[in-house]
Amino acid sequence: MEIDRPLPNPMTPEAKPYWDGLREQKLMLPKCGACGHVFWYPRVACPRCHTRNIGWIQSKGRGTLHAFEIGYQSFNKAFKVPPPYVLAMVELAEGPRMLSNLINVEADPKTLRCDMPVEVVFTKLTDEVTLPLFQPVR
Amino acid sequence: MANLRDLSSVACIVGVDESDEMGTLPHKSQLSLHVEAVTNAVRDAGLKVSDIDGVFTAGQHSPATIGEALGITARHVDGTTVGGCSFIIMVGHAVAALHHGLCDVAVISHGESGRSQVGVSPRRDTAIPGQYEAPFGFGPAPTMFGLITTRHMHRYTRQWAALNPKALRREPITVADVLKARPVVYPFTVLNICLVTDAGGAVVLTRADRAKDCAKKPVYVRGLGEGTEHVSLTQMKDLTFSEATRISGEKAFRMAGVGPGDFQHVMLYDAFTSGPPIMLESLGIAKRGEGVRFFEEGRSTPGGSLPINTNGGGLSYTHTGMYGIFPIIEAARQLRGEGGPRQVPGLRTSLVNGMGGMLSAAGTLVLSNER
Repeated sequence: MEIDRPLPNPMTPEAKPYWDGLREQKLMLPKCGACGHVFWYPRVACPRCHTRNIGWIQSKGRGTLHAFEIGYQSFNKAFKVPPPYVLAMVELAEGPRMLSNLINVEADPKTLRCDMPVEVVFTKLTDEVTLPLFQPVR
Repeated sequence: MANLRDLSSVACIVGVDESDEMGTLPHKSQLSLHVEAVTNAVRDAGLKVSDIDGVFTAGQHSPATIGEALGITARHVDGTTVGGCSFIIMVGHAVAALHHGLCDVAVISHGESGRSQVGVSPRRDTAIPGQYEAPFGFGPAPTMFGLITTRHMHRYTRQWAALNPKALRREPITVADVLKARPVVYPFTVLNICLVTDAGGAVVLTRADRAKDCAKKPVYVRGLGEGTEHVSLTQMKDLTFSEATRISGEKAFRMAGVGPGDFQHVMLYDAFTSGPPIMLESLGIAKRGEGVRFFEEGRSTPGGSLPINTNGGGLSYTHTGMYGIFPIIEAARQLRGEGGPRQVPGLRTSLVNGMGGMLSAAGTLVLSNER
């Protein structure tokens, strides 16, 4: 399959468990071993208590559509998903918010609403890269 | 213990101006826009370029590059780059530097070939947007700011721009025009998004005692504040409220001894129509959730109770990419009484507030023509 979007670049060492997890269809999130804070994006120190004791948990892959946009054009030559497409901010049940796309839905303001329940869809791009996209919970 | 109030009104804006031309300038490099703006602003102040000993700039060129291009040897430099509001924040940095004698004449310079891209450096992704945002199609500002927005829309725009001969877009538009314009990223049509232009702007400051010898009436910096909250929107605590804006405003108001209701003129950084309502709410000028209504009621328009963005703003006058120098220039002109047909009558105190990134950073100034 032709790759229809920019590959993540760079892929940084502190995010390795995240990218490794996605290859196995697991959405992994960093969790502070000291204060229990589950956060996004991966960092070497907890952004709440600043200890370096960072572990990882597997997200259930469920959350809500916190905010959205509909792209009517591409803003990056390497992004070839045909418009209209949904740009999404997802709030995971574990707490953190991440950016993604909402797929398997009509890209229309009338069908999308903030706080609608969504679930992860693992989308393999290459042997290295699988992305977490999201779809409405049916 | 240092007291913020000690910095109030110790320094003045004494010179402001734009580059010789603004708009679409494929025949001018970004560095030339800096040089034009600085030489024009220094002339406006009645000073010489060789009087400048503090160089402040944000963006792609370092203050050393600007100093070199101007042929001056600076003894104080600042290149703080936290988005388009950096120039507003630098007014504060310049006031502090002037107060402590780190420099005597400070220039804040902006030049950006945002439209024609002449003499610019390619942008480089850092690990965060390149890794976690670009793969989903996120990139330039419209793909981010829409997340902050649901239905913030101005009822009328361009009434001020029509009165500003330097504004790129002066023809009147209505809400219906905005709604039926080309959709770019829901909820924005192209008319909800700022212009992309080539232009420069510069602001000259000096200590209040020396300001008396300058060509124009001094504009006192009575209050200043800055703040940063996030860079990636996933890290913003509440998408509908800017903590950076609140922090910068509270600090500036406290220093000046004013409240959010004490202004007769406001300049806000309008990269998108939905920004100013959130800024008014975050500054405490409008109640939470009532920022849009503030604009709908026409209070910001010519003859309204609180004129806002009297130059026509980033939506209609100019927007190079880092717009923050231009609201300072307009506020200074208004406080000097140089507004011409758009002059706010009897003006004494003006508020300048700008954002950097996606409401990520903010700077606020309280400016006055009285000490």
